[in-house]
Amino acid sequence: MRLIFEKNAESRRGFKIQVSDVPQTTLPNARYLRKELPGLPDVSELDVVRHYTNLSRLNFSVDTNFYPLGSCTMKYNPKFTETLAGLEGFTAVHPLLPQLSGGGVLTQGSLEVLYNTKKLLCEITGMAGFTMQPLAGAHGELTGVMLIAAYHKHNGSRRKYVIVPDSSHGTNPASAAIAGYQVIVIPTDKDGYMNMTEYKKNLNEEVAAVMLTCPDTLGIFNPRIKEITDLAHGVGALMYYDGANLNAVLGKCRPGDIGFDVIHINLHKTFATPHGGGGPGAGPVGVCDKLIDFLPIPRILKRSDGTFTLDYHRHKSIGYIAPFYGNFGVILKAYAYILFLGKRGLIEASESAVLSANYCRARLKGHYDIPFDRICMHECVLSASRQARRGVHAIDIAKYLIDKGYHPPTIYFPMIVKEAIMIEPTETESKETLDGFIDTMIDIAKLAETDPDAITRAPLTRSVKRLDETKAAREPNLRWRG
Amino acid sequence: MNYVPHTDKDTSEMLKAIGVGSVEDLFRDIPGALRPKSFDIPEGKSEFEVCRYIKKLAAKNATDLISFLGAGFYDHYIPAAVDALVSRSEFYTAYTPYQPESSQGWLQAIYEYQTAVCELLGLDVSNASLYDGGTALYEAAMMAVRLTGRKKIIVDQGVNLIYRTMLYTYTSNLSIEFIETPVVSGQSSREEVFKHLDDSVAAVILQNPNFFGAIDDYTDIVKKTHERGAIAIQSVYPISMGMLKTPGEMGFDIATGEGQSLGIPLSFGGPYLGFIAAKKECLRQMPGRIVGATVDKDARRGFVLTLQTREQHIRREKATSNICSNEALCALRAVIYLTLMGKTGLKELASLNYDKAEFAKSVLEKIPGVTVKRSSPTFNEFTIALTKNADDIVYKMVDKGFAAGFPLGRFYKGMDNYLLLAVTEKRTREEILKFGDSLEAALCD
Repeated sequence: MRLIFEKNAESRRGFKIQVSDVPQTTLPNARYLRKELPGLPDVSELDVVRHYTNLSRLNFSVDTNFYPLGSCTMKYNPKFTETLAGLEGFTAVHPLLPQLSGGGVLTQGSLEVLYNTKKLLCEITGMAGFTMQPLAGAHGELTGVMLIAAYHKHNGSRRKYVIVPDSSHGTNPASAAIAGYQVIVIPTDKDGYMNMTEYKKNLNEEVAAVMLTCPDTLGIFNPRIKEITDLAHGVGALMYYDGANLNAVLGKCRPGDIGFDVIHINLHKTFATPHGGGGPGAGPVGVCDKLIDFLPIPRILKRSDGTFTLDYHRHKSIGYIAPFYGNFGVILKAYAYILFLGKRGLIEASESAVLSANYCRARLKGHYDIPFDRICMHECVLSASRQARRGVHAIDIAKYLIDKGYHPPTIYFPMIVKEAIMIEPTETESKETLDGFIDTMIDIAKLAETDPDAITRAPLTRSVKRLDETKAAREPNLRWRG
Repeated sequence: MNYVPHTDKDTSEMLKAIGVGSVEDLFRDIPGALRPKSFDIPEGKSEFEVCRYIKKLAAKNATDLISFLGAGFYDHYIPAAVDALVSRSEFYTAYTPYQPESSQGWLQAIYEYQTAVCELLGLDVSNASLYDGGTALYEAAMMAVRLTGRKKIIVDQGVNLIYRTMLYTYTSNLSIEFIETPVVSGQSSREEVFKHLDDSVAAVILQNPNFFGAIDDYTDIVKKTHERGAIAIQSVYPISMGMLKTPGEMGFDIATGEGQSLGIPLSFGGPYLGFIAAKKECLRQMPGRIVGATVDKDARRGFVLTLQTREQHIRREKATSNICSNEALCALRAVIYLTLMGKTGLKELASLNYDKAEFAKSVLEKIPGVTVKRSSPTFNEFTIALTKNADDIVYKMVDKGFAAGFPLGRFYKGMDNYLLLAVTEKRTREEILKFGDSLEAALCD
């Protein structure tokens, strides 16, 4: 498709601005003004609407395609939460209103949403306190690591290292490094667990924190998680829970009960807020008692009369990590979703997600290698090593799935699995959908034996065929120039 | 209703295929001792009940105030086409476009967004978005630290205090030294900036228009910054780019800002949009995802995520940033908003904002007890001095139906009687006149 910039017709207009009802005034001195107008296209409203409507049709999405993207929890999101997030009573509220003298009364509804969501998340995870401010999962990780740093600093403890397993999300080591720590990586054993010998060897009083995903990125719940936690606490290190995979364990275990000190939750994964093509998400951070004082300001408090207020007077707080109170619109959707599902619904969601992942694993076993072949949680990791020997790699399988109308699973992650294919079906997909996908995967495995070229040619049905990613990186063309 | 789609028959067939007797068997790796001590969540409600309850909460918020409150976050009109297009679920229920062939719509839209941001700011390269204006400024500061290998940063006090506080929070363990330089008569103090500007400085950070609404031409500061081998960073209000000199024209290396005013509702502080653009020399240090144009096997143009070796999923602890999820849907709002406006519309919109603010100045300066600060030209926001405490006046004005602006005493010592007023295109002549009358009355009370 042509770019919207290529549809420019000088002085065509896409929006009618009102006639001014005030006098036109002299512009500031020319030295303050731009010489040329920005090169935005002049197009009609219909040009814009048709252009972006047609662009949207080039995407796969949860509403149009099965999207078993491992580690991303692409479940279906009920529509009413979108409607609620669009209510003018929420969208029109200026974030500085509650900070004005007497302004608290003007935003009680929004403050109540934030406070109640916080309380629900505390109960779901077993944590003592939460900040709703982090704007995404990785942002929550960074906030969490900064809380850990503030805690150690407050206790006069100078620690340099953060431990992560080699199966961790890339954001874990990146967040630790950006917060100022050096990262120690622990290898994974043949059975899929973090190597305990290496872990113990590297654990000492210079370690600030251990960051774990639980269940981990192989989709496995480590039964020794409590031991790992106790060992860390034994040397004064704190335990960080990457909540990306929380969808597996709602009502089945709580990070707080295990002994985790800090946790982030990806509301856009577990709590059904759509991912918006890359965001916005929300990454609230929960903490145990001893870290509450360090949470970012403002804190949202409930007064004894049932009203809500913002508290800025927390001298141990790490400060501002977001301009205001978090991605309110995203948090609201998660709140509505939790109220809708309720206790039983949340537990069923996890049970169904785990059932579906194991069903995929069980039916695909025999057709694909399963490096850690055991009961999994909400996602299962296959390897296309067997197919790769026939010249069909994970990426080829992904592209062929696109032609069959499926969004591919996550591929080449976790990095410790060769030719990894990570399938997370989620709880909202029916058995018929899963069977259709599994049958296609089995067909691909058979085709890899008989006609590998049929797979490696894919995709053939989309607006473009395989794209030259090397050229994109070597000759960066990152913006249009007329 | 059972929310999950599996029927009892499905469940038993699936369990049989797996080879376990019950769903609970699938959770056997979680030891009994680690099962929840409590899970006290209310039972679920119907869609109708949840909506009824949440609508009641929405009604508790005051949304009928006529707003002169800005301070970095503005009440602009959002064309209906923006909401309609971002409501396409092929956009909002998609994930990050890792698989380009099934994500060309998103990838092209982001490429267009990057182009629009570069055009707006007069710079070479942009990215697929950051969380908000504050985190974007922090990322820019860290780019400067990496580009220069230096750890001292000069920040003008005209930069939004919220963003300055965020900078200090994020860098508190990184031994980065910040020096704040004052605003004098509305403008960045050259004397103070130049006093601190030496060969150990990584970056100079300025904002235009600054927090007081004053506009400036920072060309001289940028030139001196470059003479010292440092990076010049500007925080920008994007609507003003329909009129004001761009960061590119002033020579800035990096520009960032809050994109909320580009078709994104105020929504109590988020989701918002952090935008960033830079000279091409800074590209390798850019944070976050970047979309590039390339060709497919048949030489057709297509788009992909590119230069990913900067990013956390490849480089892990050596990545330029830890960002993964961004604000793509808000970036989509921004590019749709900007294309609806077009270059001609954006200019008109900026002029209208400017004229409304100038009109408001002319109305307010006739009121006894109000002094309009005119030491610097402004865009659509300006400072007035009152004979009374601004906080108290704002409090009184709520009863008269106005969000009367931001009392500067909250952020600046000694400015308890100063009020910052934003006048967007949404404010009518009638509302401005009524505001003047009400302010006069509030000052007399």
